[in-house]
Amino acid sequence: MLYRETGQFKTSYRRDQAIFPIAQDRWSIGIIIGIAYLVIPVIANEYWLQAILIPFLIFALAALGLNLLTGYAGQLSLGTGGFMAVGAYAAYKMTTAFPDVPILLVLLLSGVFAAAVGVIFGLPSLRIKGLYLAVATLAAQFFLIWLFNRVAWFYNYNPSGTITAPPRTFLGIMITGPEATATVRYLVALSFLIFFALVAKNLVRSEIGRTWMAIRDMDVAAEIIGIRPLTTKLSAFATSSFYCGVAGALLLFLYLGSVETLAFDITVSFEVLFMVIIGGMGSIMGSIIGAAFITFMPIFLTNAPHLIGVDIPVDLAKELEAIIFGGLIIVFLIVEPHGLARLWQIGKEKLRRWPFPY
Amino acid sequence: MDPHEPILQAEDINLSFGAVQALTGVSVEVYRGEILAIIGPNGAGKTSLLNVINGVYRPQSGRIVFLGRERKRNMRPYEVARQGVARTFQNVALFKGMTTLDNIMTGRNLHIRSGFISQAIYWGRALREEEAQRTRVERVIDFLEIEAIRKTPVGQLPYGLQKRVELGRALAAEPQLLLLDEPMAGMNVEEKEDMSRFILDIQDEFGITCVLIEHDMGVVMDISDRIVVLDYGLKIAEGTPDRVRTNQDVIDAYLGVAHD
Amino acid sequence: MTEFLTAIFVTPFIDIASGPIFFGEVVLGGLMTGVMYSMVALGFVLIFKASGVFNFAQGAMVLFAALTLVGLMERGVPLWLSLILATGVMILLAFAIERTVLRPLVNQDPFTLLMATIGLTFFLEGVGELVWGSNVKRLDIGIPEDSFEVAGMLVNQFELIAALVAAVLVAVLAVLSQKTTIGRALRAVADDHQAATAVGIPLKTIWVTVWSVAGIVALVAGIMWGAKSGVQFSLSLIALKALPVLILGGLTSIPGAIVGGLIIGVGEKVGEVYWGPAIGGAIENWFAYVLAMVFLLFRPHGLFGEEIIERV
Repeated sequence: MLYRETGQFKTSYRRDQAIFPIAQDRWSIGIIIGIAYLVIPVIANEYWLQAILIPFLIFALAALGLNLLTGYAGQLSLGTGGFMAVGAYAAYKMTTAFPDVPILLVLLLSGVFAAAVGVIFGLPSLRIKGLYLAVATLAAQFFLIWLFNRVAWFYNYNPSGTITAPPRTFLGIMITGPEATATVRYLVALSFLIFFALVAKNLVRSEIGRTWMAIRDMDVAAEIIGIRPLTTKLSAFATSSFYCGVAGALLLFLYLGSVETLAFDITVSFEVLFMVIIGGMGSIMGSIIGAAFITFMPIFLTNAPHLIGVDIPVDLAKELEAIIFGGLIIVFLIVEPHGLARLWQIGKEKLRRWPFPY
Repeated sequence: MDPHEPILQAEDINLSFGAVQALTGVSVEVYRGEILAIIGPNGAGKTSLLNVINGVYRPQSGRIVFLGRERKRNMRPYEVARQGVARTFQNVALFKGMTTLDNIMTGRNLHIRSGFISQAIYWGRALREEEAQRTRVERVIDFLEIEAIRKTPVGQLPYGLQKRVELGRALAAEPQLLLLDEPMAGMNVEEKEDMSRFILDIQDEFGITCVLIEHDMGVVMDISDRIVVLDYGLKIAEGTPDRVRTNQDVIDAYLGVAHD
Repeated sequence: MTEFLTAIFVTPFIDIASGPIFFGEVVLGGLMTGVMYSMVALGFVLIFKASGVFNFAQGAMVLFAALTLVGLMERGVPLWLSLILATGVMILLAFAIERTVLRPLVNQDPFTLLMATIGLTFFLEGVGELVWGSNVKRLDIGIPEDSFEVAGMLVNQFELIAALVAAVLVAVLAVLSQKTTIGRALRAVADDHQAATAVGIPLKTIWVTVWSVAGIVALVAGIMWGAKSGVQFSLSLIALKALPVLILGGLTSIPGAIVGGLIIGVGEKVGEVYWGPAIGGAIENWFAYVLAMVFLLFRPHGLFGEEIIERV
């Protein structure tokens, strides 16, 4: 009843191809975005913003990037952490060398650097496929982390080896550095995510998205109908790395403030991969849902036992986390390989018919 | 149909895989606007010949001339596609993760020019092109009568419909030459009649030249203008259906004789 | 700039030539490490050959096996009993994995199965640490660790024994695979699941067998690695190192796993000792992967791997 689509006829192809063809969807998204911008900053406390929502938004962006490469274009990548690191260090070097350049521009340019690196490490993808390609991305991951550890130029010869985001303003408001409030940083991260999610949606419903999916599904056939495999794969690597690079830069500037390469190591690559798998491969919404799930779950694990009066030591929590994540991945792959996003869609299907069973 | 204007000439094609000789000295000409059938027993090299025309296999020797231009040795399949050759496959090669509509839209990839940024914003040129291509694809969908399944993921379609969608994808490319590898395989009588009708309509309405591999002799005799017969990688006969039907070599190798 | 170029293209070779004994020791050390990598890689190859699954969790299995063994010994169980029990645990694990992961996912594509094994990795690591604790443990099973001299070079007894163990393991596996019915059945399953079932080969039994054997191989590898550097979480990261080994050796070749391991082991050590100082040290972190990547560009299916021809 609530979710009736009948009566909503599309009178043009443009409407049919819209991102949210169903009116109820448009309303829901509008409300969610409204709440995100207007309500959350008011009711959320510092802890929630700083420790939960901001990292969620940033990792959602990284998950988007990885999903484009692995979920849509079918190129398995274990180098997400490395590409995020490129973004972070590029942004750091740029803003310390040219402090007058607007910080938002710096953040976007850091993505460009990451994209360039992504293209280089994506070059092998013409010859190498599947698991073997994943090994090449591992090479990227380990090499890049080593690079940012060893070559002191990257961290401006700082003896501790960490890089710290200098304070920067935008339109007079402090958005990075110790004085930037969590609310401001949250809003900036939110805007980045919404903007780039929109761009990602546009890309996947355009020709580029189709060529990515064609290469993923059957690259031999794709080439026979005229799709150029190398260009397509490289564009996927470039776009994905751009997203991950920006996410890495945001991680430094909006979330952690100070970062060393540990923040981008192989564990991060796996975490983001989990977000994509659990959220749903080949789904924009899925990337965001997956990021939410992986970010919120540890919080839930550490806090929920308190609610029922049980105390769990940190170590145990981490182990439980690993067990639950690992187990969930297997369960999801068995029950719903398309992840939470598909479960959500199935839920909508049921909503359509509710309260009737069929 | 102009019998004096070949759009494709394959001359003296030799193709081998290691010690296996797939094609030996095969020469075929395809005339503009005709329906040419390639028949022969299994393993005769029919699909290999199509693969050579597509650029998927590179023959050890021989030349291919398409639309008057000789093909360079190392032309990639996507360059061949760009010249105007489209193809369907023996085992349906659709993109299983996409819907019917999206699959056929991929057939338009050679005609889409908008750049990355334009698509990222989904405005301007990208939007106009997306709508324009959608319109053309809808015409193909109409022609093949598959409107009802346009939003269905192709993996869920029955085999016969999948083959039709694949034909749609090939048509959407607006090719000069259409290669069909066993388009009727696994179909019942009605489906075959539909498919035959489509192929004839393709020749009539769009003027596209068709080369098809087919085992159903009834269909072959009905719809083809000329037939080429392969056996063990050699061309053993060529000509109109009537000529081929009565050719002794063909009867011995493939057709057999009706018992009274 | 010239300094850097000399350090890359000239100095290392001079160093090698002028100190052949030391070079020999480095190579030997590399071979030994390589053998240890191979042992882990063997588990991958077995499972991949027989079920087409790339078992990302092999490293976690090594860790889990070692943890179980050490855990038992720490609680006072004598070595021989611990070994038997640990083997039993790995066999039980194989049953569990077949039932809960492999069977439900039997018709899925390799990508899905790979993801499932990634999930399995985290699961096993979590359970292992939950049950046995996450602190580093010493594993002492009485293997002598002192060195002796051979042709002027120092050879470590431990590493020699590890090499012998690996050799025996490979020989046993090779014989089992080629000569016995089970071996034949395994090869049939590796070629074509459906055809194998069609001729009556029980898929379930095969899979449990293979994963058990892989589990035992993991136990052996775990013992070797654990005795060498202690039983700790980083053991599962060795699995990541096994990937370049598999790349070089091909995913389906047992001798390939050995050769690949040796090449990687030697390459890493020699690279680190002679080229490392010029570039900044610790290149062992990425050298193996870059080496594998370069190899892949020339031979996308590894040195001994099978080429998969895609038919359209």
